[in-house]
Amino acid sequence: MKLQFTIEGGNFSNAGHAASEIKKMLKQLGIEARCIRNIVIAMYEAEVNVVAHAFEGQILVDIETDKITTEIIDKGPGIPDIELAMQEGYSTASKKVREMGFGAGMGLPNIKKNTDEFYIESTVNSGTTLKMINYF
Amino acid sequence: MKVSELVELLDLQVISGEKGLDREISGAYVSDLLSDVMGNALEDQVWITLQVHQNVMAIASLKDLAAVILVKGLQPHQSTIAHSKEEQIPLLSSSDSTFDLSGKLYELLKEKG
Repeated sequence: MKLQFTIEGGNFSNAGHAASEIKKMLKQLGIEARCIRNIVIAMYEAEVNVVAHAFEGQILVDIETDKITTEIIDKGPGIPDIELAMQEGYSTASKKVREMGFGAGMGLPNIKKNTDEFYIESTVNSGTTLKMINYF
Repeated sequence: MKVSELVELLDLQVISGEKGLDREISGAYVSDLLSDVMGNALEDQVWITLQVHQNVMAIASLKDLAAVILVKGLQPHQSTIAHSKEEQIPLLSSSDSTFDLSGKLYELLKEKG
């Protein structure tokens, strides 16, 4: 089953929409609660990253019998140093974003912790693509 | 303990989400960092925070939290209230500071479980 969502950069009011839809769907499919929790955390963080940092993004979700694969593809500033961005506590979020309680430098580490496979590719001044796989 | 009992014992204002007042709580989580809550709060916990924007309710819903308590008499944004109603998750407010409220809640949960 394939699904697609659009993320608008800067629009925090819709952040979490895709994660919420996927959560409902996986519940209906009878996927184990722990597994759903992990996927939802990773997907929410990825959505927020696009809203906080990029101009726009697409989420492509593919649910198969044994796993869920999510790709988050954004157009944005990209990440110059991925290793640094993966470090807990490192963030380039704006003051406004931090005041909302985001931008604590926990997003990417949270995603990594909650996925079975996680890949990240980024080109400066072009965008970032995340791919994450969770097995049921 | 149910959310409704908390409201009574801690003298909380119910702002919205009354439909969720019957829910049993498993404990509480205190944080104003949304990623921290996203990563570490557990199902059926009550979340104590000073954040008042609607992403709080998105997280409460995604994490299946029992209720959100705003501290220091802070009032939520309209969109936060709307989201709380939609998700039927109680949005509560306390005049206490985070420290005082957490202390009281900790005592209550220790006594009553």
